[in-house]
Amino acid sequence: MTNRVPLRDAASDCVVMARRGLIESVRKPALLVFTFIEPVILIVIFRYAFGGAIKVPNGDYANFLMPGILVLTAVFGAIVTGIGLSEDLSKGIVDRLRSLPIARSAVLVGRTLSDLARNVANVIIIFAVGFLVGFAPNQPITRIFAAVLLLLAFAYVFSWISATIGLLVRDPETAQGAGFVWVFPLTFISSAFVPTDTMPPVVRAIADVNPITLCVDAVRALTIGGDATEAVLGTLAWLAGLSLVFIPFAVARYRALE
Amino acid sequence: MTGEPAIQVDALRKRFGDVVALDGLDLVAPEGQVLALLGPNGAGKTTLVRALATLLVPDGGRARVLGIDVLADPLRVRREIGLAGQFAAVDEILTGRENLEMVGMLYHLGRAESVRRAREVLERFELTDAADRRASTYSGGMRRRLDLAATLVGQPRVLFLDEPTSGLDPRSRAQLWDMVRELRREGTTILLTTQYLEEADRLAQLIAVIDQGRIVAEGSAAELKERVGRDRLVVRLADAGRMEDARVALSPLADEAPLAAPGDIRLSLPMTGPELPAEVVRALDRAGLGIVGLEIRTPTLDDVFFALTGRHVEREAEQPQEVTA
Repeated sequence: MTNRVPLRDAASDCVVMARRGLIESVRKPALLVFTFIEPVILIVIFRYAFGGAIKVPNGDYANFLMPGILVLTAVFGAIVTGIGLSEDLSKGIVDRLRSLPIARSAVLVGRTLSDLARNVANVIIIFAVGFLVGFAPNQPITRIFAAVLLLLAFAYVFSWISATIGLLVRDPETAQGAGFVWVFPLTFISSAFVPTDTMPPVVRAIADVNPITLCVDAVRALTIGGDATEAVLGTLAWLAGLSLVFIPFAVARYRALE
Repeated sequence: MTGEPAIQVDALRKRFGDVVALDGLDLVAPEGQVLALLGPNGAGKTTLVRALATLLVPDGGRARVLGIDVLADPLRVRREIGLAGQFAAVDEILTGRENLEMVGMLYHLGRAESVRRAREVLERFELTDAADRRASTYSGGMRRRLDLAATLVGQPRVLFLDEPTSGLDPRSRAQLWDMVRELRREGTTILLTTQYLEEADRLAQLIAVIDQGRIVAEGSAAELKERVGRDRLVVRLADAGRMEDARVALSPLADEAPLAAPGDIRLSLPMTGPELPAEVVRALDRAGLGIVGLEIRTPTLDDVFFALTGRHVEREAEQPQEVTA
């Protein structure tokens, strides 16, 4: 087959594209606002403005809130994937890349990987901010490490959803809007900020199967204690399902670009 | 040399919904020349370029670049071509140098060679001083140069330039023209699209006029203009009342009757040779007729297009009019 880029070249293409994405993350202040300041604002609002009025099982709202904020950080980080991709599409950069003898997957793989690397930094920073506002994980380091891994897997899979949206809308402003349209209801109808058991039955039913709820519950159990098995398995099932749908879909959309 | 034409397109078709972009288009371009694809907006120029650059899949027909089929073997085509689209596709977040090194790496030239090639093309496009600034700080002309530079990092044998000078100021345009000529001297085959006959005229050995997804005429600039009509010498008389005298005085100089619109002070006759303007001035002087203006009018794209298709080109406000007065 002359139509396949040799594996070594393909790997190199992904690295080159990921490196470019990383440089972009560092140099674009707007991205910082988006993926870092935003969660911090939410921490301040929920921890100090709403927190007093919200009753949570253990009574410690900082510990309840921070796992939710961490999942949100991962999701916000993922929205950036679609914005960046649609920006490259609208500026003709994707055309340039497609006219080069590179692996077709490199553009998507490179970008999602650089966004993953950025999310590692984001999650660590937000963890640190959490300590400042009273987040006190009491679990063994292995469990906390597992929580971080789960968050990153979550961010990575959501990057592919976001990439699909970016490829469909092809315009950065629309991608940003379209990113939030599904993220906001999904995060608020979840256990991220409040326990789901106060919600009316229908809403609660939605919240309980929401992947964000499952991931938040898993991170909560892995950091501040409780049985994590069900939530972790539920999250992984969601991630597997979403990957099976969105990775091939994004790749197909990319191949079908004209 | 492969002996194959650099570009060979047979009955290429492409439609987008109800719009037929390419309607069985045929085109052949030999290696080592500049081919200008001349036509108005929406004629199918960009679609053709994108099909040749493997960016879109045609509905029917065949397209080969250096004998390589774009559908059967797109990867090999990509190794031989460079593409500069209508908008400078530079990454504004990266510096000029980083942009070029990235492209080198994506051509799999390796680190050292990518660095070397980037330095070389920066030098060539006079971007060395700005090399380590982000491309977002570049002027429009510099961006175009960087964009073109990026297409040359991989030393392509065939270069596609889609409206390379649209939106450029006259100085940047002249610079770009020089670069195209230089590349051609080095043996690169160049296909460029343009809406301006003047651009095609100055750069291309071969011009193909495209309209509604088909090539309606092909040939050298001189051949095309010959088909369309020659340059005309336009004389503006000082005294409109003596139009008839002027016509009589100039008739012997022209191989067809000089034209004048009623009530106008302008009279035009075909440019039969470089000595004509001087002869006209002398003839009018002998007849005691004063003139207030004398210009040679070259057929415009609109004239060419009108002659070939019976329709006028939709004019763009920014169309440069370089009329020699």
